[in-house]
Amino acid sequence: MNVIMPYVLPVLFALVIVALLPLLAGYIVLVERKVMADMQVRLGPMRVGPHGLLQPIADAVKLLLKEDIIPENADRLVFWGAPLISVTAAMLALAALPIGPFFQIADLNIGLLFILGVSSLGIFGIVLGGWASNSHYSLLGALRSAAQLVSYETSAGLAIVGALLLAGTLSTRGIVQAQSATGWWFIFVAPVGFFIYLVASIAETNRAPFDMPEAESELVAGYMTEYSGFRWALYFLAEYTNMIVVASIATTLFLGGWLRPFANTPLFNFLDYLPPLLMLGVAGYCFWRAPKQPVAVQKMFMVAVGLLCIALTLALAMPLAAPAGSLLASSKAGIHGAFWFLFKVAAYIYVFMWLRFTFPRYRFDQLMRLGWQFLVPLSIVNVMGMGLGLALHRQLNWPAAPALILGIVLTLAAGAYLLATGEKHEHPRVGEEEETSVDA
Amino acid sequence: MAERYKTAGTNVETTVLGADEIILNMGPQHPSTHGVLRVKLRLDGEKVVGSECVIGYLHRGVEKIAEHRNYQQFAPYVDRMDYVAAVSNGLGYCEAVEKLLGVEAPPRARVIRTILTELQRIASHLFWLGTHALDIGALTPLFYCLREREEILKIFEKYCGARLTTHAFRIGGMQYEAYDELEKDVERFCKDFDKRVDEYEALLTENRIWVGRTKGIGVLTADAAIAMGVTGPVLRASGVQWDIRKAMPYAAYDQYEFSIPTGKSGDTYDRYLVRLEEMRQSRKICLQAIEKIPAGPILGKVGKVLKPPPGEIYHSIEGPKGELGYYIVSDGTTQPYRVRIRPPSLMNLEALDQMIRGHLVADVVAVIGTLDIVLGEVDR
Repeated sequence: MNVIMPYVLPVLFALVIVALLPLLAGYIVLVERKVMADMQVRLGPMRVGPHGLLQPIADAVKLLLKEDIIPENADRLVFWGAPLISVTAAMLALAALPIGPFFQIADLNIGLLFILGVSSLGIFGIVLGGWASNSHYSLLGALRSAAQLVSYETSAGLAIVGALLLAGTLSTRGIVQAQSATGWWFIFVAPVGFFIYLVASIAETNRAPFDMPEAESELVAGYMTEYSGFRWALYFLAEYTNMIVVASIATTLFLGGWLRPFANTPLFNFLDYLPPLLMLGVAGYCFWRAPKQPVAVQKMFMVAVGLLCIALTLALAMPLAAPAGSLLASSKAGIHGAFWFLFKVAAYIYVFMWLRFTFPRYRFDQLMRLGWQFLVPLSIVNVMGMGLGLALHRQLNWPAAPALILGIVLTLAAGAYLLATGEKHEHPRVGEEEETSVDA
Repeated sequence: MAERYKTAGTNVETTVLGADEIILNMGPQHPSTHGVLRVKLRLDGEKVVGSECVIGYLHRGVEKIAEHRNYQQFAPYVDRMDYVAAVSNGLGYCEAVEKLLGVEAPPRARVIRTILTELQRIASHLFWLGTHALDIGALTPLFYCLREREEILKIFEKYCGARLTTHAFRIGGMQYEAYDELEKDVERFCKDFDKRVDEYEALLTENRIWVGRTKGIGVLTADAAIAMGVTGPVLRASGVQWDIRKAMPYAAYDQYEFSIPTGKSGDTYDRYLVRLEEMRQSRKICLQAIEKIPAGPILGKVGKVLKPPPGEIYHSIEGPKGELGYYIVSDGTTQPYRVRIRPPSLMNLEALDQMIRGHLVADVVAVIGTLDIVLGEVDR
């Protein structure tokens, strides 16, 4: 019995994640479409369910029922297995991330390395899928993707090193606890690192403006061109899971993980009431709008969403109301921690969407130049700047603030220098291109 | 057939491929070839070393149909060529037949024609801007552009009941009198429109990514542009100040003041700036035109049955995409003997190969977008 017990909870958590993740990814897609519609003076999906709330379900059903097509000349086995690799790698990475202080499948002492390593495996799914499709578009998409991921993995890794220096541990839980101990989220201590990670993570998840591998207007759908139905859905799931993973890493490393804003300041304790009030507000809105829905099913659905929000309100409010020391009150850290973690993840993903609908797309060579000539040097300088600041602080006993600010300023100066010299190489291709002739 | 291709020297398939080259077939089903254009690309990695356009997927035999319809009956067909600028197509055709008949549209009709055609130019450029930005990856400007285009289409709808294929004009003038609120509607549109163009500029003009994607891409020198018969904004962006509205005024353009924007380097960025400025100039023309619309009849003296004297005529107008010309041969009957249409999109498309060589696949999409082709017009 004692052999099994330690594994019960992690397995339970894992089941919850595997069961909920597809649903969550579906709803992120819906939110993305709604956000896009909002920015583009449209309404977005409105047909399936009230305000299109059932759209992800309809999409999932459609994808599951679609004919499973494997192209004639494809490598069947690899074509079949590639999406599985992508999805598995993306989901595995979630194992080491702490969603709140209690909800974590495994607190590995090399947590961050595990996440980085496993999520990089997803690239195999993309490359193999593109190759197995036996199509030019897929192949080009896959090759672009491979080059892009390798390039930006470097700067993302180096950006993370900056935060690791501050935390002094690779354990994801330990990193959050380090931020809790000092009271400063690492985004304020290492803003350059956060910026580098933000850019690199957008590129790593193949999101616009770096969505080269699946640049719709160029390569149709990149490595996914030949995929349809459920296999395509798996790739899609992998992509959105990857978004959640990078957002979770950023939250854990830079945004204080499950910590409430101003967690150590009693003055801001009223922020504890924010989550239940937010949920109550959403519930109120649902009940207010329910009678105005045109169809009975939609009314019921709206009420159901409202009741769900009420339940969440209770879950968030009860630990606050319960007498101190009781079991309910002690669950506060877990429940509120999960809320704040998911809230930050959602905000991070929102930034992704915002950027996607604002910017044009980089060209492939520009993307590579940005990666290697700007981000990688900047992230190396950033590590050195952080190191310098910490050395001054820990070895020479400087106060923390001036030491770290000195490091940041030096890093920014290096960044400005890189930008200034990068301008010169901005348009080197025209004119310098060697003449090529196709005529036989 | 194969022989001809070989002598033309452009066929990408019959040439010997290097070990590191592939042929990529773009279209006719492709999200950003603007319809059913098919481009065979010969790639070295992602670099384009040769290309060949295959057209004709939307060929409907418009010119042949003309020989079996009488002059009035053919007018609605021209709307279906460049379907994002139907009013301009109609204007060109009606004026060509009028020239052949030797009649002139009354002044009132000519002014209203000018207003509607300029609105159509704005609508066409808006659609170009939206899709061009979409091709380069900016998803949002498309919807802002369509929002403004919608206002123009509403004016068309109020005027003649149709939004897209309007058949707005008749030979000899116009069929419908302008509705009462036309001036007010146009004025309201023009009042907001300058600010809206500023908004697009705020989104794109200074954007580092946009500039990086368009500057120095698809350069077309003035000499090359003239040699290939390229017209319209593409020609003007190469620095040639040629606009038929000024050079050979038609409709009521000689009465209005406007300038012809030109570019310097003939790259995609210049073409973008030229078209944006053209929208502002079109707005200026509209504002001048609504100030004073002359009273009088809207239809000149043309008979019910049109029988132009035997002869031939070439008349061209400055369409949104370039010189739109009609060459009509009459044999004295009620049906044209031959109608030949000079579509600006087709001539501009011929520059594609030269513009994309040495660039990357992503630039091909940008260049197709910047040429502003409509396949309905290319294939006819």
